[in-house]
Amino acid sequence: MSWMRDADASGGAGLDVRGLIVRVGRKELVHGAAFTAPPGAITALLGPNGAGKSTILRAIAGVESPAAGALAFGGEDLLGLRRRERARRVAFVEQDVATDLPIDVRDVVALGRTPYEPRWGGRDLGAPTAIDAALVAARAEGFAERRFASLSGGERQRVMLARALAQEPRLLLLDEPTNHLDVAAQLELLVLLREHTSRGMTIVTALHDLSLAADQADAVVVIADGRVVASGPARTTLTPELIRDVYGVTASWTENPVTGRPMLALGHPAA
Amino acid sequence: MSARAVVAAVVLSALLLASLAAATAIGSSGLAVGDVARAVLAHLGIGTNPLGPIDDGIVWELRLPRVLTAAAVGAGLALVGAIMQALTANQLADPYLLGLSSGASLGAVSVLLLGVSLLLPLAAFLGAIAALAITLALAGALGRITPSRTVLAGVAVSALGTALTSFVIFWTARGDAYQDVLNWLLGSVAGARWPQVAVAVGGFVVLGIPLIANGRVLDAFAFGDRMAASLGVNVTAVRWTLLGASAVLTGILVSVSGSIGFVGLVLPHAVRLIAGPRHGRLLPLVALVGAIYLVWADTAARTLLAPRELPVGIVTALVGAPVFALLLARRRGGA
Repeated sequence: MSWMRDADASGGAGLDVRGLIVRVGRKELVHGAAFTAPPGAITALLGPNGAGKSTILRAIAGVESPAAGALAFGGEDLLGLRRRERARRVAFVEQDVATDLPIDVRDVVALGRTPYEPRWGGRDLGAPTAIDAALVAARAEGFAERRFASLSGGERQRVMLARALAQEPRLLLLDEPTNHLDVAAQLELLVLLREHTSRGMTIVTALHDLSLAADQADAVVVIADGRVVASGPARTTLTPELIRDVYGVTASWTENPVTGRPMLALGHPAA
Repeated sequence: MSARAVVAAVVLSALLLASLAAATAIGSSGLAVGDVARAVLAHLGIGTNPLGPIDDGIVWELRLPRVLTAAAVGAGLALVGAIMQALTANQLADPYLLGLSSGASLGAVSVLLLGVSLLLPLAAFLGAIAALAITLALAGALGRITPSRTVLAGVAVSALGTALTSFVIFWTARGDAYQDVLNWLLGSVAGARWPQVAVAVGGFVVLGIPLIANGRVLDAFAFGDRMAASLGVNVTAVRWTLLGASAVLTGILVSVSGSIGFVGLVLPHAVRLIAGPRHGRLLPLVALVGAIYLVWADTAARTLLAPRELPVGIVTALVGAPVFALLLARRRGGA
């Protein structure tokens, strides 16, 4: 865990989650999760289905109210901010969003300006510029005038990313953004996210693909049964023992013959 | 609103004024639109009245209140329908979704059959609000109050209210009372006079206009509650404020006109096709279209089979059902 203290000591202030407890209905889904996500980096939330990754992201995004715990970002207490203020700092790209409405892509992206709109009518003067910039940044400008319902899964994902970028956040949360994307689109998306971290954005994303996370994330947080079981740089955190305990599969680090970088190889336990 | 939306609103407002004047002139004693307009202005203290006392009575005491009531009820129902569809993310939502119309019917039919029809608006309003309260209590008893639970509870309360209404009619209605009950159940503005205008227009001004002014927040619900929350919207507060105001407005309108169907279901879909789904544009336009639509539906109801009158609810359903089918077919093709 020493790398986290280093990040703090260097003056950056990423996301700091402490003692997070989240109940949905009468069920407690997250039992005191604690981790930090370094600023200007991609942190991957890993763990089997139902581990609580989405619930943790929702709590950080302000969608679920934590029953207990502290959430700080950039040195600010997120739980103490007004909703609109928080939505200007933190944006959230959910998994598998859908709508029955005949809505155009540009109007979807415009939703990202909601926290900037004056309440009683009036215009958000920054909107047209921010919407255009977000469409370009998410590489969605090519289908800005199309209906959202007519897009492919990868295109929808980029529209949702553009909507989140229109919020001009400093912390971007994504829930399984590579779901339903083909390999090329998955890598493209991560390259895109990387561009934003290089401009100082902090990104926390749930990922189900361990190898992708091992290759692309700056840090990983492994979650099982609503608790953080390990966190740190991928190469040292994702040990074969941890992966066997959490996922029940065999893993080994090797060299990727295509990229030459370290690669996490996975397989069923030997029969 | 964009420039195009402003133009559309101005054009529709002009069309509404023209419709009010034309609908007031149309009828068994044929009057010129110009004379009718001048007579109305004369009552407002401008110019002289060209009509004789009988024609003037028809215009000022009968037709104009009826036309104005139709306009307010149409505007309110279409507006509430659009809001309900957004809040519940349900294409089939309409103003009566939460059991409101069945509660109003039970209240109204009970007083009609007791022969105290003076109390009808009050009984209908209280019935609607009671039904809403039961729906919410039932949804709450099932766990956290979510949109889908609320809709399901509304369906249950509607069924119960309808059954009780039918029982009351079956048990007590005799002769002429049947006609009154049927008129009310199908929805009609035939009996509207100035007090009904005051209630319907007043309700629309006090509740409908603030709803339109705040409608933009509904955009954030396009992809559901979670995205709205992550965009900084206080989902719970917005939902219950808008739902409460919409329900009270519906209760007020139903107390005046009975439960006129299809206006609040079909018109929001039709207007959305043209104006797009953003509520800043949609809500003012849908209210205007609703007003124009019900003014003409009511004019058709009282003239098509003259001297007999149809309840306007029959006209709105006869037109609304095929239009709704067409809209569905279009959506399927065009997505």
